[in-house]
Formats: sequence, structure tokens, C-alpha cells
Amino acid sequence: MPMTMNERPLSPHLQIYKVELPMMLSGLHRITGIALSVGSLLLVAWIESAVYSAEAFATLSRFLGSFIGQLMLLGWTFSLVYHSISGIRHLIWDTGGLLEVKQIHSSGKIVLVVTIVLTVLAWILGGGFPGGAL
Amino acid sequence: MNHKYRTPLSIARGLGSSKDGLGHWWKQRLTSVALVPLVVWFVVSMIALAGQDRAQVLSWLHSPFHAVIFSLFLIVSLYHANLGLQKIYEDYVQARWLQLSSSFATHFAAVLLGFAGVFALLKQAFGG
Repeated sequence: MPMTMNERPLSPHLQIYKVELPMMLSGLHRITGIALSVGSLLLVAWIESAVYSAEAFATLSRFLGSFIGQLMLLGWTFSLVYHSISGIRHLIWDTGGLLEVKQIHSSGKIVLVVTIVLTVLAWILGGGFPGGAL
Repeated sequence: MNHKYRTPLSIARGLGSSKDGLGHWWKQRLTSVALVPLVVWFVVSMIALAGQDRAQVLSWLHSPFHAVIFSLFLIVSLYHANLGLQKIYEDYVQARWLQLSSSFATHFAAVLLGFAGVFALLKQAFGG
């Protein structure tokens, strides 16, 4: 191999790297992105069943109202809210803003708090969980 | 550009990686910006539709406004999801055959879901 290949920068070794909030949030952005991609299957299934089949719609509604279904919907709501708020943080970074280390830590905490508040709010407004309205 | 990290061949060619990194990055930002208002619309709509029966959902979908915005939301979010998943395969999947087949499958699934979803939305909008 040519010499130049040896000097390339390496990613931090995760096993010995101190876990900090920004790196966890970065990982969470990707994980919620994957969850939302899988969730798009459910969304299209919901549209198809609504338009084509009363029976399929009833089955899907029953599943979404079950404990596992509600848990999935809660995870979906959280993923959508987190990925959106965190995505806005990424867009701000792209303009060159909030890139100081201190700001990265503080904006990360803000993203988490806003995500939890909005997720709970959406969940309450949508009437999820207690009665299993869905 | 720091030449320390480039191979002699790539310096001689002077073309960068000659792949589509910038185009991918740009499309990801474009769809992100478009999704900000679309996601707000989607969440508000899903809250409004939660607990409604099929007839109510169908009459809601009958509105041209909802049909158009829902179609846009579906297309832009599937496009955005596809872009993101492609990067994840490039970053984490080592075996070339698995990376390529995941890439193809995701492209196909995104297009299939988009067409099936939009077709159903339009069918309902044009009168069920």
C-alpha cells in the first residue's frame, strides 16, 4: 500500500471513547431515521386499507389500538418529532451556526426537552394510551 | 484540500472522488427543508384523524388539498428516507453484494410505496 493511506484520519474507537450526549444524539438521529423508514410501510398500509378495504382497515385499527400497536405508535411519534427537531439543528449547523462545543451540548439538551414535550403533547392531543382510542 | 490524505493517483487526476457526494448532500438538505412544514401538517392531521372511523378518514382524504399535501408528504419523505438509508448501507455494510442488494431493494421499495400510496390517495380524491 502507498504511504499516504496510513495517514488517513480514523473514527474514534467507540469501546474506549467516553460516551457524551452529542454522540448519543447523533446515533439517535440515524436510529430514528431507520425507524421512520420502517414506519413508512405502516403509513402506506394505513392509506391502502382505508381506500381499498373496510376489513383490512378494521384489522389495522384493532392492531394499532392494542398494547403493542400503541407502543409502536408512541415510538413512531417520538421518532418523527426527534428526527424533525434534530434535523432542524442539523440545518442550523449547515448555515455555520451553533457549532461551538458549548452550543453543541446546550442545543442537544434543548432538542431532547423539546422532543419529549412535543411527543407527550401530540400523544395527549391524539388521545393515545389510556383509553386506547385508536 | 490537504494533499496528505489523497493518493498520488487522485492528485494526478484532480477530480475529487468523482462520485455524487455533493448531489446527495444537497438533495438531503432540499428534502429536509421541504419536510419541515410537511411534517407539521402531517402531525396535526394525524392528531385530528386519531380515533376516527374509516368513513371519516375517507371523507377527509376526499379533499383535494389533503390529497395533494399527503401525496407530497409521502413522496418527499420516501425520497428523503431512501437517501438516508443509502448512506447507512455505504457506512455500515461491508460486503459489496449485500450493500448493493440492500441499496437496490430500498430504491425499489421506496418507488413502489410512493406509487401505491399516491395512486390510492388520488383514487380516493377523484371519487373513490
